[in-house]
Amino acid sequence: MSTTHATEGIDEALASEHGRPPLNRVYEWLTTVDHKKIGLMYVLYALVFLVIGGSEAILMRIQLAVSNNHFVSPQVFNRLFTMHGTTMIFFVAMPVVFGCGNYLVPLMIGARDMAFPRLNAFSFWISAFAGLLLYFSYFGASGLYAAGSAPDVGWFAYAPLTARVFSPGHSTDYWTLSVFLSGVGSIGTSINFVTTILSMRCKGMKLSRMPLLVWLYLVMGYLVIVAVSPLTAAQIMLTLDRYLGSHFFDTQAGGSAVLWMHFFWIFGHPEVYVLILPAFAFVNEIVPVFSRKAMFGYPAMVAASVGIGFISLSVWAHHMFTVGMGAAANTFFVFATMVISVPTGIKIFNWLATIWGGKVIFATPMMFCVGFLFQFLIAGLTGIMLAVAPFTWQLGSSYFVIAHFHYVIVGGILYGLFGAFYYWYPKVTGRMMSETLGKWHFWLFTIGFHLTFDFMHIPGILGMPRRIYTYEAGRGWDIWNQIVSVGTIFQAAGTLCLVFNMVWSYYRGKTAGHDPWDAWTLEWSTSSPPPDYNFAIEPTVNSRRPLWDLKHPEDPDSDYEL
Amino acid sequence: MSISRRRQSKSCRTEGPGHRVPVVCALWGLSVQAHAANASSPTNMFNPAATPAQSIYSVAMFVLAITLAIFLVVAGLLLYALIRYRHRPDDADIEPAQIYGSNQIELSWTVIPILIVVTLFLATTRVILETQAIPKPADAMNVTVIGHQFWWEYRYPKLGVVTANELHIPTTDPAHPVPIYLTMTSADTDHSFWVPRLAGKMDLIPNRVNTMWMDPQQAGLYLGQCAQYCGTQHAKMLLRVYVQTPADFAAWVSQQKRPAQQELGGSSAEGQTVFMHNACISCHTISGTAATGSFGPDLTHLASRDTIASGAVQNTPENLRKWIDNPDSMKPGSLMPSMHLNSHDLDAITAYLSQLR
Repeated sequence: MSTTHATEGIDEALASEHGRPPLNRVYEWLTTVDHKKIGLMYVLYALVFLVIGGSEAILMRIQLAVSNNHFVSPQVFNRLFTMHGTTMIFFVAMPVVFGCGNYLVPLMIGARDMAFPRLNAFSFWISAFAGLLLYFSYFGASGLYAAGSAPDVGWFAYAPLTARVFSPGHSTDYWTLSVFLSGVGSIGTSINFVTTILSMRCKGMKLSRMPLLVWLYLVMGYLVIVAVSPLTAAQIMLTLDRYLGSHFFDTQAGGSAVLWMHFFWIFGHPEVYVLILPAFAFVNEIVPVFSRKAMFGYPAMVAASVGIGFISLSVWAHHMFTVGMGAAANTFFVFATMVISVPTGIKIFNWLATIWGGKVIFATPMMFCVGFLFQFLIAGLTGIMLAVAPFTWQLGSSYFVIAHFHYVIVGGILYGLFGAFYYWYPKVTGRMMSETLGKWHFWLFTIGFHLTFDFMHIPGILGMPRRIYTYEAGRGWDIWNQIVSVGTIFQAAGTLCLVFNMVWSYYRGKTAGHDPWDAWTLEWSTSSPPPDYNFAIEPTVNSRRPLWDLKHPEDPDSDYEL
Repeated sequence: MSISRRRQSKSCRTEGPGHRVPVVCALWGLSVQAHAANASSPTNMFNPAATPAQSIYSVAMFVLAITLAIFLVVAGLLLYALIRYRHRPDDADIEPAQIYGSNQIELSWTVIPILIVVTLFLATTRVILETQAIPKPADAMNVTVIGHQFWWEYRYPKLGVVTANELHIPTTDPAHPVPIYLTMTSADTDHSFWVPRLAGKMDLIPNRVNTMWMDPQQAGLYLGQCAQYCGTQHAKMLLRVYVQTPADFAAWVSQQKRPAQQELGGSSAEGQTVFMHNACISCHTISGTAATGSFGPDLTHLASRDTIASGAVQNTPENLRKWIDNPDSMKPGSLMPSMHLNSHDLDAITAYLSQLR
């Protein structure tokens, strides 16, 4: 969109900034309240932790590649899986979806920033500090007892293992504080998302015309507020237990270990949807553009997303099928868990119908979405198996569960994110990413993913529990664990392709222009990268695909949408 | 069936060479899992040997069949759509027909999954009720299971037997089943009892009593291990369940009810003195002696067990001596401290404990 008279002054001021010394540029990033800069910082911060958490996974896979291995000690291994899980959920997955949303939501609703820019900056920095605090535990957690360094209680930190008698020193305190602070940041950001989406939309953008991505971030925002609050409260309760003599989870004084499980999983399961809804969001934008068709069944997709938001709050105790809740409670949570597969299925079918009759272009973003569709389908089906409580009496806490949720998180969420990286990178940097490297990334990562996570189901069926630092030979687990470990090499190589591609393309990539994918949503109407003010004039929309209307004035969407 | 809106539209597409549809590797499937079922593993859940494991196996096969069918249909359609509707280089430069949706189609792929869900739910509920909501027979055998960091305590209240780490239970006659009920709790952190061939897992949680049952029909040794992370040595908290014929089981019980071996000579008598004069007695019980600790396993009939350290190593005099010398060398993080005994005392105490049949 052309720059108007009103913004010329701003542009000049910005142009002069580029001549500033580097220290000023750093200062500008540290103090920024611009949603795009904060979004990028979220994503880069998450990518750094992705490399750290991934390295932890590789160390664990080296240890488990053969039976009776002594590559790391049990203490080190237990810290590795605790840090891997905590890092990947709280300091990779959450910040990266918040970062993408921060960048995209205002652009897609035609706004100039988030509703609360300072809250936005605060949320980012408090979350960033939480991640640093978690890793500082490696240096600072020994305490008077010189006991342990990083936390080793597992990422869901079941009571009473976190009580001071079982976890002396300060490692658990670092875990608790970092999860608490990350929770504060998450809730702050989510309040911002909800407010922005409800009150900052441009002219003509009724709720029924919002891009699906924005709808999904709205649902996600509500879910975070509802689900992260109990977890954050539980961290305070745990700290009270550890230092002020309360007995919420202290079983030796009559507290309840099961209470902690409820607190954790009323967060933990909606959390899965908090992370997968943004992945759905990216797929909702990418699949139509690369199939050259409007999204099939927009109202059904919105209804399914809202439905998932509600149902996901009533399934948490399927993580507790083996704690002895009794037949009635087990049956209820079986039903609730199975029901959620209905709206999830509707989504998959609508994506299928969007592709059907289209002209599918297999550019890298679409490749990752295709990977997402197949892998998320499988993840959903193993999810149905685990919803069958008796099946979970066997498979719960086994490697089958690990394989299942990595299928969701890597095969689903991460593939959606990779697709999003390739799709919006041109908007963010003004340059295209290399397609050749993108294909290398896709194929290496996909081969690695399937080697690792397909074969990981099998040792679970053969009785291998999670969180064991070694196992004896003769259980029939060796060969599967070797294949699983080999897969990580391919995944690491694929990830290197991505990192190299992002850096190389930033300097050498083809110039992208406003709208390299011939897309339809508002962010593609402004320059790449967008100016600080996003849009010179507030856009006006008449349909869900404003740029389609602009490109096809003879045949606008607004004539057809209900 | 009516499609709500459709139209064709022209647009100038400037780029986008056609790409061959990549073959998406979906290696997952029943083939892999069926292969797993054939693999030889003593802890294969698909090789059940008692009713609870058997009913899980049946419902699992049913669920696998349904999910496989869903996978084949949906993945097949997806693959077909991606290949059939790929962009071809010789395509005309117009956008495809824009289709916005169809209420009938949406309704059909809402209702059909609901029917599948109801079917699965009913099949599942049946197994839950069969396993968790049946009354306990009056003649059922009771065993109390207490989880410790990082070992298992077993108490047979009606038989007056206490043992550790190796659970002995009798086979049951299918015509007149007498299930074994495990009453479970934990002395410290959460644990989980999982012997895949006999039953699904059940957690042992402090301050809470859970129960589970099993009715093995085939004598043999069934393996498993703790399935809830419980601390440093969670990995070596192994389970060994010895299912014996009623006669063998009765013999085992009468042997376990005997007081500890008292007729000791030479080195083993000296070993007893070493044991009783060290902190061993604070944690271990040997019935009929001053040793009445309950923090560690009961050692009254230690020598009758095949393994030590909760199944981690074979119970040989060499291993036993190494264990007493420094438990951390075999099981780092084990709560038993090294007593810093000299070589002579180690030999004596090993000789004594090896006598406790």
